[in-house]
Amino acid sequence: MSAEHSAPIIEPGQTFATVTDRISAIVLTQKTGRGWWLGFGIAFSLLMLFNLAITWLFAWGVGIWGINVPVGWGFAIINFVWWVGIGHAGTLISAILLLLRQKWRTSINRFAEAMTIFAVACAGTFPLLHMGRPWLFYWLTPYPNTMFTWPQFRSPLVWDVFAVSTYATVSLLFWFVGMIPDLATLRDRARNLIGQKFYGFLAMGWRGSAVHWHRYETASLLLAGLATPLVLSVHTVVSFDFAIGIIPGWHTTIFPPYFVAGAIYSGFAMVMTLAIPLRKYYRLEDFVTMRHLDNMAKVMLATGLIVAYGYMMETFSAFYSGDLYERFMVLNRWTGPYWPFYWSLIACNIAIPQVLWSRKARSNVTLLFVISLVVNTGMWLERFIIVVTSLHRDFLPSSWGMYWPTRWHIYTYVGTLGLFFTLFFLFIRFLPVIAISEMRGLVKEEAGGGK
Amino acid sequence: MAQIFHRSTNTVARVSIYGAVVSLLVLSFVLYGLSASPYYTDVNQPKDQPVPFSHRHHAGELGIDCRYCHTSVEVSPFAGLPPTKTCMTCHSQIWTNSSMLEPVRSSYATGKSLEWVRVNALPDFVYFDHSIHIHKGVGCTTCHGPVGDMPLTWKANTLQMSWCLDCHRNPENYVRRREDVFKPLYEPPANQEELGAQLVREYNIPSPENCAHLKKCQLMTNCTTCHR
Repeated sequence: MSAEHSAPIIEPGQTFATVTDRISAIVLTQKTGRGWWLGFGIAFSLLMLFNLAITWLFAWGVGIWGINVPVGWGFAIINFVWWVGIGHAGTLISAILLLLRQKWRTSINRFAEAMTIFAVACAGTFPLLHMGRPWLFYWLTPYPNTMFTWPQFRSPLVWDVFAVSTYATVSLLFWFVGMIPDLATLRDRARNLIGQKFYGFLAMGWRGSAVHWHRYETASLLLAGLATPLVLSVHTVVSFDFAIGIIPGWHTTIFPPYFVAGAIYSGFAMVMTLAIPLRKYYRLEDFVTMRHLDNMAKVMLATGLIVAYGYMMETFSAFYSGDLYERFMVLNRWTGPYWPFYWSLIACNIAIPQVLWSRKARSNVTLLFVISLVVNTGMWLERFIIVVTSLHRDFLPSSWGMYWPTRWHIYTYVGTLGLFFTLFFLFIRFLPVIAISEMRGLVKEEAGGGK
Repeated sequence: MAQIFHRSTNTVARVSIYGAVVSLLVLSFVLYGLSASPYYTDVNQPKDQPVPFSHRHHAGELGIDCRYCHTSVEVSPFAGLPPTKTCMTCHSQIWTNSSMLEPVRSSYATGKSLEWVRVNALPDFVYFDHSIHIHKGVGCTTCHGPVGDMPLTWKANTLQMSWCLDCHRNPENYVRRREDVFKPLYEPPANQEELGAQLVREYNIPSPENCAHLKKCQLMTNCTTCHR
């Protein structure tokens, strides 16, 4: 590591005891703060709004979303892709950075993984809700049935089912297995029987013996190995939902890599959005240091540039191909009815994040927080542009139309934000937000052995 | 520190983990069994009718042609249920005092139809046409079972999509000569395989195999064949 990277990944003065105390205190001893209640309250209200929106949807059908030919996908698919994308940073941090032995991942991997799982949960609801008859969702899975039919294996929507469900399963396992030693720590430090039973149940009889640690390490490595290809494959399959179609603006081979880069881009933005208030509110600056924020900002900068390259090539090949419809699609994005969305997308995803080249900007926490929100917005706009502008002007001018979400569609989207943050607030309150055991390992390596 | 969990917890944990897997398997078998059972499919369950009409007697023993009552079966999607008048062609002459036939006579007198209990019904999202099946050599009993041997009528097949596809994929296993279509107690001949293959070609049945031989072919396994 060069001198430039000398900022510590854990502040000096931390010992085994302080690490354990500080992280477990959030769950066990610290009073539940007013800020937590406020945040949880807002998130929970939004979750209730989500329930209302779904109930209304089940009663009336997807017509209440304002989707219709030619834009049949609308918010449902925009938000699905957005949420799945966000999840990717968690997996990248926990799996790929683990295999690459990037030690700075240690303090952020736990809540990044939690973010992955909650984001995938939000993502998963949209394709289900978007089905006309969601109670028949199990038709997507191959099983012996009285209809003598299989799902349409030529459809990327079926590939999606496998990709996303595998992703959810592996992420959940990874997250849970990684948490077992910490759950045992919480069990041992819990001050009442309910806590002891709760964490004891989840810790699955962990005693910290050498055999346990050996198995734990092996399981982590195996799961990391399983999760690594998923970082690339899941969003590749999601991009096939578009790329397999022949709609102008979708039918391009650049989609998989550019989707994966976009996913990691938005995912790191979301990790940043969560990490900054979290470290501030719970005073975890010693663990989630400026070095982490700096590194994440750099990852965002790099993936953002890949995404920018994707936009550039998309435009270039539209003109280079000489295809009338591809060319029209690009011009329509620039100057068509949705032009404000396109140019805000360029501003949010390409122009504004260039600030991150400056080291000064990367050390300004407030600025980083704002930029992370901007990137999240930008990546949402990207999916809006891909879904809506390509569909609303298809090959036949007679079938052109406009799409605007109805309030129910917006409630559903805001509702998943409620679901996400409700789960996240519960996670902060009841589970260790930072991997205690791994941090203790870090203390030993970094500070030369804390006693 | 006192033990949080009793010793037995280890066993409970193991049993519940394996138990969960086993009970999921068992549950899926039970559900499958239920969905294939007469309880769900109604197969082989004779239905009580306002008049205990016997197909065995009329079609099997007396040999009345199916079309005598189900008049529109050759020309329309719906085979047709006979009006009371059809019953009375005979029963104004025979069994005129039978108490069993009282509902028939009163229906005839009042002009109010008998309300038969439906035995075979397809869901509304399935397009089905009797005439084309009759025309291509699918016999009445192929779907409706040995009607000539049913004292009270029952559903002989599940009418589930897999059952439809059995024939739509391999019609040669089921088709018979057109002149045999209305036989109420037909048994497929020993050379069904051979005969079936020959008839599929002769009757221009658009089966997956025969499609290549046809000038125009809308496969009968297309979704839109039945779901229009």
